[in-house]
Amino acid sequence: MMSAEATAERVREGLAGLDCEALESRDGMTTLRCELAAVPEVAAALRDRCGFELSTCVTAVDHGMEREEQGRPRFDMIWQLQSVTHADRLRLHAWVGEELRVPSLVGLWPGIAYGERECFDMFGIAFDGHAGLKRLLMPEAYEHFPLRKDFPHQGIEPDKLYRAWDASRRADAGGAS
Amino acid sequence: MSATGRRGAGLDSLEYRPGEMGGAHAVDPDDPLHGSLVELNMGPSHPATHGVLRLRVLADGEVLHTVEPVIGYLHRGKEKSCESLGWRKFFVHTDRLDYLQPLMNNVGYAMALESLAGLEVPERAQVIRVLLMETSRIMSHLIALGVSAMDLGAVSMFFFTFDQREKIYDLIDAYTGHRMNNTYVRMGGVYADTDEELEERFARFFEAFLGEVEEWESLLTGNRIWYGRNRGIGQLTREEALAWSLTGPNLRGSGVEFDLRKHEPYCGYETYDFDIPIGQEGDAFDRYLVRIEEMRQSARIGRQALERLKQTRGANVIADDRRYVLPRQADVMSSMEELIHQFKIVTDMALPKGEAYAAVESSKGELGFYVASDGTAAPLRCHIRSPSLMNVQVIPLLSQGRLLSDAVAVLGSLDFVMGEVDR
Repeated sequence: MMSAEATAERVREGLAGLDCEALESRDGMTTLRCELAAVPEVAAALRDRCGFELSTCVTAVDHGMEREEQGRPRFDMIWQLQSVTHADRLRLHAWVGEELRVPSLVGLWPGIAYGERECFDMFGIAFDGHAGLKRLLMPEAYEHFPLRKDFPHQGIEPDKLYRAWDASRRADAGGAS
Repeated sequence: MSATGRRGAGLDSLEYRPGEMGGAHAVDPDDPLHGSLVELNMGPSHPATHGVLRLRVLADGEVLHTVEPVIGYLHRGKEKSCESLGWRKFFVHTDRLDYLQPLMNNVGYAMALESLAGLEVPERAQVIRVLLMETSRIMSHLIALGVSAMDLGAVSMFFFTFDQREKIYDLIDAYTGHRMNNTYVRMGGVYADTDEELEERFARFFEAFLGEVEEWESLLTGNRIWYGRNRGIGQLTREEALAWSLTGPNLRGSGVEFDLRKHEPYCGYETYDFDIPIGQEGDAFDRYLVRIEEMRQSARIGRQALERLKQTRGANVIADDRRYVLPRQADVMSSMEELIHQFKIVTDMALPKGEAYAAVESSKGELGFYVASDGTAAPLRCHIRSPSLMNVQVIPLLSQGRLLSDAVAVLGSLDFVMGEVDR
């Protein structure tokens, strides 16, 4: 396992010329923040120049509606990468703008595809360049984004889709008899 | 059909083409195959899909043209539940992720919280965790082995492995009081200590278990049918396995020597003596061999952990930190202050502001928990990095262009649990 300093140094060299800010993290993982528009370039440099060949996960954090009202970005994207060669990890943050569109990284790591679909499913964040972007866990006709802070835990009309299906089934049965 | 002849998948390069690979699939009307494709649903309740996985298949006779996993049938909103339940109460829910190895999930989640809180775990608790995790790995590999063999017609393997699994259940039951869904790991350690009798039973189990593994290998490894059904099936190169985020036995089966227990040691794994088996061909047979050897290595680690338990008898099994650890039950019953203290921890235990990620080498791959706190008692975010989800993701890659019956071998060799895929 590489020391945090060695990882930070390797990343600094690999990302030379790109605008990234180093963040503190409680688990000691090398953590960066960059502009959303710079993410594809930074991610490509991380894969090709710093050896992060595996994408561990992609997700978002909803910091609440208050931030939106204050005109500050509400969703924070998180990409976590791993290097098998160097046995270390890196976390990349980027604030998502109001339009909720994020560049997709499936071209770099095909294994990130389900993570991006899940993120779209749960937060309603769209990924530009992801050809198969659709809901992953929730039904396709579902209208809400469950991991947003304004989504109540008990759900919004949780049986709506079932009732619609049941009504159509009964109507079909009624027509047949 | 050779590994390079994966039809409809376009996988000679690693370029992501969901239209061809099971994303939004469309049949090309100019394709001479058009009109001969049959849409078939495999699952969500199909014995070979191991749970509520549904594969939407376009089949050309017996050959799979397009395979698209449809998941979410077991989605229970675990990550949302964490936000509303609070950090402590979510432990119970981690059991229900990969329900074949609840204690492993407990440890992964506890490690993430400990990392966020900066909590040190006492040595004896680490040893108990290692013992429980290695036993869990055996439990889960037993299912993977028994069920994948049963799918390919070797039904007796299922009974042999379940017999052993039952023995582990008895041990875990004797320790935690439950056969499944144990919730026995706590922030800062484990709930209770082991005793000599229990350790003796674990030791006897590991000894007998190694003999069982020999017997299964004599039934399967040299078996012509087993070899024929698995060799060359679901082949993944080293580069493919990495690009598709595979971890655990599936990554090691493709020849990547990477194991979090060795390369990012936690719970003191760096002090144990064990080997990491790796495969060469990256096919279903290699993944089977890797799992078989991992069970032996797990028993080896388990025996070392039992030795250490003998040496550390009587030591603390939970951290002495009043901010996160509940007071002793006897004290709560006799002291008002301790009762208030317990109440405070149960109702509003806050973790420091910040984010942390911790991962364990689970039997399916890297099981990780990303936790973020805003400093209040309500968790800001808990993301579960599920290895099973990544394993399901490569099903189209490995089964398109192959026979339907090979898809069954692929599913069995990837090893996933729908509780963890859907969360």
